Amino acid sequence: MLRYILKRSGSLVLSLAVASLIIFAVTEIAPGDPASFMLGLNAQPETLAALRTELGLDVPKIQRYFSWVGGMLTGDFGTSYTYRTQVSEMVADRIAVSIPLAVYALTLSVIIAIPAGLFAASRRGGAGDTGVMAATQLGVAVPNFWFAMMLVLVFAIHWSWFPAGGFPGWDKGFGTALRALTLPAIALALPQAAILTRVMRSALLDVLGEDFMRTARAKGLSPRQALWRHGLRNAFIPVLTVIGLQFSFLFAGTIIIEQVFYLPGLGRLIFQSISARDLIVVESVVMLVVFGVIMINFLVDLAYAAIDPRLRTRA
Amino acid sequence: MNRQLAIGLGLSGFFILLALVSLVWTPFDHTSLDIPGKLQLPGSAHLLGTDHLGRDILSMVMVGARTSVAVALVALVIGLSFGVPLGLAAAARRGSWLDQTIMRGNDIVFAFPLLVMAILITAVFGPSAVNAIIAFGIFNIPVFARVTRGAALPLWEREFIMAARVAGKGPARISLEHILPNVTNMLIVQGTIQFALGIQVEAALSFVGLGVQPPTPSLGRMLADAQTLVTLAPHLAIVPGLAIILIVLGLNLAGDGLRDQLDPRLRRHRV
Repeated sequence: MLRYILKRSGSLVLSLAVASLIIFAVTEIAPGDPASFMLGLNAQPETLAALRTELGLDVPKIQRYFSWVGGMLTGDFGTSYTYRTQVSEMVADRIAVSIPLAVYALTLSVIIAIPAGLFAASRRGGAGDTGVMAATQLGVAVPNFWFAMMLVLVFAIHWSWFPAGGFPGWDKGFGTALRALTLPAIALALPQAAILTRVMRSALLDVLGEDFMRTARAKGLSPRQALWRHGLRNAFIPVLTVIGLQFSFLFAGTIIIEQVFYLPGLGRLIFQSISARDLIVVESVVMLVVFGVIMINFLVDLAYAAIDPRLRTRA
Repeated sequence: MNRQLAIGLGLSGFFILLALVSLVWTPFDHTSLDIPGKLQLPGSAHLLGTDHLGRDILSMVMVGARTSVAVALVALVIGLSFGVPLGLAAAARRGSWLDQTIMRGNDIVFAFPLLVMAILITAVFGPSAVNAIIAFGIFNIPVFARVTRGAALPLWEREFIMAARVAGKGPARISLEHILPNVTNMLIVQGTIQFALGIQVEAALSFVGLGVQPPTPSLGRMLADAQTLVTLAPHLAIVPGLAIILIVLGLNLAGDGLRDQLDPRLRRHRV
């Protein structure tokens, strides 16, 4: 196991390094100089040069790359060009919205998908199975931001059960904050729940056909006992992998949903920075999101190897 | 043809046909404004109603579907034309540094969530349909490389490939003449799935203003316009949304149906 962790950590570091290089390179070749963008067309050359020095734009690119990466490793994400505040401070507030939203959506997705997949698998080929599968086809096809608009229309405007947008902040109480995140979380969860239901169903069907299930039945367990004692545990392996992958999808998906609900999360920060051409913020936030995704995949792989020793020899 | 495939082809075919018809005819000019006749509900004059500027929604959906289909299709072609050769090469030289490099490169592209990559590209190069296509095209490359490699690897162990090698054919020629025809089924199935995903990605990017720019209509842009008016005129959001759902549903059903149809093992299994 230790060898596997070491090997997998090596590829983790490599992925992060390459990802940071790509992000840095892409933002470097961006047309336009942030300093001249900030000062406008009539800027004096001396002022421009002074600002470029202040922003650290006058040092060689390689040095800038290393100071950017080195800064991030110590929690310094640079200074926003437009707000002149630390990017890390701006990010900290926003993460307190985006991560809880993704976790909330993932929880909903799991709560819906596990029973639905179980139900469909237990009625394989029947009306219940067909109904669930048809619903998942539809769920996968619905764009989450459109579904979000429909949820607002029905549950916020027609019935006023939930706020239509905005976020009061966690200091206004856990319940109030959670209420503001409920519709966004439902919108995010729907397509993921549809996918997870299909995975749960097919994983269960695969397991039900295994020899050890027949053995379990032969030694006298009822179908239900065999399923609970031997089936579910084995079916959960692929399901757990997909849950891990979904978290990174949901994390990235919050970027769009935040736009619909005017939530002050990482997504809105990215869009605000794009329109202000505040590329240092875009660069650092994108790197942060990619870091999150790579880390989650890494942890999923480790968890997977811990559950199933056969996987340690591969990779 | 199985039922899924028939329904899927019917649905997606209908919208692709609508998109093609819009090249020569739409009920109204999709750019002509008619402010007094704005926000009409679906009726006899305008089958699907009018938007906040009095434009005919049916005409806009037709042209919008054309834009969305074009974006998804070009991204698909990018993915296929780079991904398939990479996958074939990786499989032909299994375990070599070439294979390793291609697969590790794929892992890294996969680590970038599609949306984040699209945002990065459009943030730097400016929002446009072309940049949205490039972003999704890049995302498609590792998808097809992986599918091609995965399908090609077991083929290299088969007797008919051995026979081709004995006959003196090189890896490139074997890949082209024997491997490629045998992985085409998989590529078609994956292609319909990526096509559907492309429609959704275009919609999402245009919705947040990073994709197709005005005045070109696209289904995502129509939803973006509808966002502020949804309480006043819900049909502005419902119509393009349903169009997206039906196209994607059709393509996904067609993909699932095709997989069952093309894989003889599954066919026997079902009967």
